[in-house]
Amino acid sequence: MVPIFFVYFSLASVVAAVLTVALRNPVHCGLALLTLLLHVAGLFVLLNAEFLFAVQIIVYAGAILVLYLFVLMLLNLKSDERYLHTKYAVMLFAAIAVCGELVLLMVQSPFGGIKGDASAEAVLKDGASYAVGIKMFGEYLLPFEIVGVFLLGAIIGAIVLAKTPTSAEPQGRLREL
Amino acid sequence: MAVPLSAYVIVSAVLFVTGLIGVLIRRNFIIVLMSVEIMLNAANINLVAFSHYLESMAGQIIALFVIAIAAGEAAVGLAIIIVVFRGKISTNVDEMNLLKW
Repeated sequence: MVPIFFVYFSLASVVAAVLTVALRNPVHCGLALLTLLLHVAGLFVLLNAEFLFAVQIIVYAGAILVLYLFVLMLLNLKSDERYLHTKYAVMLFAAIAVCGELVLLMVQSPFGGIKGDASAEAVLKDGASYAVGIKMFGEYLLPFEIVGVFLLGAIIGAIVLAKTPTSAEPQGRLREL
Repeated sequence: MAVPLSAYVIVSAVLFVTGLIGVLIRRNFIIVLMSVEIMLNAANINLVAFSHYLESMAGQIIALFVIAIAAGEAAVGLAIIIVVFRGKISTNVDEMNLLKW
């Protein structure tokens, strides 16, 4: 049963990714991205990561994608825009070079390693959320706090950037007087 | 019959390459940001797959951090797009070639 779901989720996510890159209308691209995110969440379930599945749906599909669609509708983009970058031939060459190196590295590298302490039975006993929580608030507490500070910085940065510049105008008038 | 680890790695590599091509050849800045999200998702699949097959929780924790970073990146990137668009410049990456200072 798992291989069937794996094939479905992986094929659907690859098709959705190609559509995200290839479609012309930005709103359609956003909807294709939503399909991709949901199918990647399905892959997480197959890997016993239910907590990440929930986070993927809530944060990615629920928050980030809504932000994208909101900005798309706010901007009201022109539809007669050209599609590709002006220097896209050079860029495509760079992309193909990077793809070749990626394939080379993947063929060369071994996929084994030292096994950790969280076997599938241990994770399934109390659930993935329990296992993630114990690790996150124990061993990984400092990175967790750093991510909190980072998110605060991102919020402040976004507000400062997108704020309407009203305070600059009265000062200009004072200078004219 | 279990799915081998290399299958997940291949899916993740294909998604990553798709996102990379999108970043490099598309002209609209918003689509470029969406392609970055595709690449981050490919990295997440890789992290979670290795976390499952090597029986360690570390990969899932890092994947959570990647999602948090992606949220911050989307917020700041879209704020920059709004600022650029307000200055009557279009959202095409090859026309945004001037900085203030």
